[in-house]
Amino acid sequence: MLNQFVTPDLLPAAPEIFILVMACLIIFADLVVGQVQRWIMSALTVIALAGSALITYTTMDGQTVLTFSNMFVDDLLSDFLKLVVDLTVLAVVIYSRSYLVARNLDKGEYYLLVLFATLGMMVMISASHFLTLYLGLELLSLSLYALVAIDRDSARATEAAMKYFVLGALASGLLLYGMSMVYGATGTLEIGAIAQAIFHGDANKTILVFGLVFIVAGLAFKLGVVPFHMWVPDVYHGAPTAITLFIASAPKLAAFAMALRLLVYGLFELAEQWQLMLMILAVLSIAVGNLAAIAQTNIKRMLAYSGISHMGFMLLALMSGVVGGQVDPFGTLNAYSSALYYAVAYVLMSLGSFGMVLLLSRAGHEAEMLDDFKGLNKRSPWFAAMMLIMMFSMAGIPFFIGFFAKFAVLLAAIKAGDTVMMLCTTTLMRSL
Amino acid sequence: MSAYLLSLAIWVPIIGSLFVFAVGPERRSAARLLALVVALAGFVVTLPLLLNFDPTFVGFQFVEQAPWIQRFNVQYFLGVDGISVLFIALNSLITILVVLAGWQVIEDKASQYMGAFLVMSGLMNGIFAALDAMLFYVFFEASLIPMYIIIGVWGGPNRVYAAFKFFLYTLLGSLLMLVSLIWLFLEAGGSFNLIDWYNLKIGIQPQILLFLAFLVAFAVKVPMWPVHTWLPDAHVEAPTGGSVVLAAIMLKLGAYGFLRFSLPIAPDASHQLAPLMIGLSLIAVVYIGFVALVQADMKKLIAYSSISHMGFVTLGFFIFNQIGVEGALVQMISHGFVSAAMFLCVGVMYDRAHSRMIADYGGVVNTMPKFAALFVFFAMANCGLPATSGFVGEFMVVSLSLPLHRRHACFRG
Repeated sequence: MLNQFVTPDLLPAAPEIFILVMACLIIFADLVVGQVQRWIMSALTVIALAGSALITYTTMDGQTVLTFSNMFVDDLLSDFLKLVVDLTVLAVVIYSRSYLVARNLDKGEYYLLVLFATLGMMVMISASHFLTLYLGLELLSLSLYALVAIDRDSARATEAAMKYFVLGALASGLLLYGMSMVYGATGTLEIGAIAQAIFHGDANKTILVFGLVFIVAGLAFKLGVVPFHMWVPDVYHGAPTAITLFIASAPKLAAFAMALRLLVYGLFELAEQWQLMLMILAVLSIAVGNLAAIAQTNIKRMLAYSGISHMGFMLLALMSGVVGGQVDPFGTLNAYSSALYYAVAYVLMSLGSFGMVLLLSRAGHEAEMLDDFKGLNKRSPWFAAMMLIMMFSMAGIPFFIGFFAKFAVLLAAIKAGDTVMMLCTTTLMRSL
Repeated sequence: MSAYLLSLAIWVPIIGSLFVFAVGPERRSAARLLALVVALAGFVVTLPLLLNFDPTFVGFQFVEQAPWIQRFNVQYFLGVDGISVLFIALNSLITILVVLAGWQVIEDKASQYMGAFLVMSGLMNGIFAALDAMLFYVFFEASLIPMYIIIGVWGGPNRVYAAFKFFLYTLLGSLLMLVSLIWLFLEAGGSFNLIDWYNLKIGIQPQILLFLAFLVAFAVKVPMWPVHTWLPDAHVEAPTGGSVVLAAIMLKLGAYGFLRFSLPIAPDASHQLAPLMIGLSLIAVVYIGFVALVQADMKKLIAYSSISHMGFVTLGFFIFNQIGVEGALVQMISHGFVSAAMFLCVGVMYDRAHSRMIADYGGVVNTMPKFAALFVFFAMANCGLPATSGFVGEFMVVSLSLPLHRRHACFRG
């Protein structure tokens, strides 16, 4: 029977394997490296991320390869997202170092957890099977819960971690429940096979839609969109800023990949149903996110609410792919690519603005109230100019990337139809 | 050379401003001198536009066209007609005045102040020159940024509130415009070219929606009653230079938008909704005129009188008569000079008396007789006294509107 054993093709998963190996190396390094040579840890992490990015870049050939019994897919989307995730996390690690050192949080656990979270994201991005997706999601989420609580002496951070954990576990439960419904209806967990089964009409539509509701709810939790957004401001506010920077950037890309894999790749036939759900989520997120952001006095909370509305915009693009049950190949691709563009633009803006907050926090003092930023122009005009650019970009003022991202999304949404357009116009009352 | 004149008018001040920023806030005199040189250069490059402009030519002149964002077919498409060329020159001239007005007064971060005005000058030239709707929108929105900063940083005690109000009002309006621009883009088969849009045949229903969306965007900018409330706040809190640019150029953007977008793209809706527009304009002229009468604050008075003057402009557009439109244009240019002069005069007084109250200005004629004479002269021009430029435009608009509507458009006090 030995000849039936097939070694899976490992090459498509090379970036993930590299990260995993480096993470194991870091566990050992943590044991032997002394207090003075702490920089080695961060250097190893940088090498891991840069190496993984390099591998992803060099193996990016636009071909779709399935491996591990069709559980893992390596296509252009996954390569691109992995590249962005690697580079984002790389920037996060470099940005965070001085902040962590100043607060004595520069422990081996931080680097390890960041790498495992990155690994989780990459697995999610490449998942073509519900189990792989869930595995990646949990690896990411568990690492994030621990990261939020990394400052063990901070009551606020611990509370945030607890809140994040409880709500996150609930969301995972919902997602899993939805997945099991879909499994019940289609008899398979493989995303491509699910799409086939629904297409051929073999599946019970009622159970599918029931499962879809749970899947969308779970996704909404992970993306942090209204009405599943309650954890976002608290966690962003409670976590040490370096961790907030991490949570607010790369995981959004992974969540975007998850939404795309589940809804577009797997449940595309149900587009009419999830389109309506996403529309409600998007409109509420944009409205609530913006209105609540205005009232905040803490910049981390403000950016959190602004992030909620940005995720709403991304969903707006994601739901615009299908017009009244009709698929127009150009329009659909345009909608998904604008959603992807929006996600990447948001990650860049979020990296920049939380990076500024991080940079301006000195040892022993957190720059997080809006009042802390008064007079910044006098102290450091360059930082003030950068902050200004980030804020204008978030508000979608032209010449900055935020505008072009919003423009692409609006274009897709208006193309999708008049009812959607009316909703867009009413929800456009936004500021930040 | 003449092919790139418009680009020069846009980019000379913007690139020059980078050098002014680079001088740094410490070296005040170097910064202001450099800013003056850049502003003068910006004005000089617009002169050939005026001199070589062919008034007999129908269509756009000095056209430049290059692809910008190919995916959405956005072009870097510039050109001017007889309307916009005047505003480009006016804008560049006003920028010189603003730099000079801030010469002594601005002690705090002078290089950034001057640089912000230069950037704004370039962006506003871009608005007047853009023939691609997306390019127009980009410049239109981007011009908010320097103004927001100017009010927010160098403004009066309540500057943050005023800057936010200004920003939110105008942003809200322009978002509706963005949506209609995208709708038109799809309708025109993927083109943001304004000249293509003029030839579009649009049904009356969408035309009315488009007109209303543009109305919100431009009415905020003009500003028309009842969305005018940001203007007095912005004027009162803005530094002198900010008020000058706001009154002289920024208010004209809204009226220019009506001419460039609403009227040619939605002509039927414009005719149908003309009574609404005329009504709003008359309210602005009469009611805001009365509001101006009771102001004790000089800057507020000028701000309200600006709103009422812009009422004449929109009135002139929507009586659909060539002389009416010409009168509105004369009124816009005249108001650009006169209100700028008024704000500069108030700036002079404020720097000496540190008060904007009219009551505190008594006896100025004893100490500054020549200044007082000029001040009165500009005030008279603002009133529209015959033989001043203010009279010409108002006379043209009012004389045309009287037989049409038999309503009194009374002169403001």
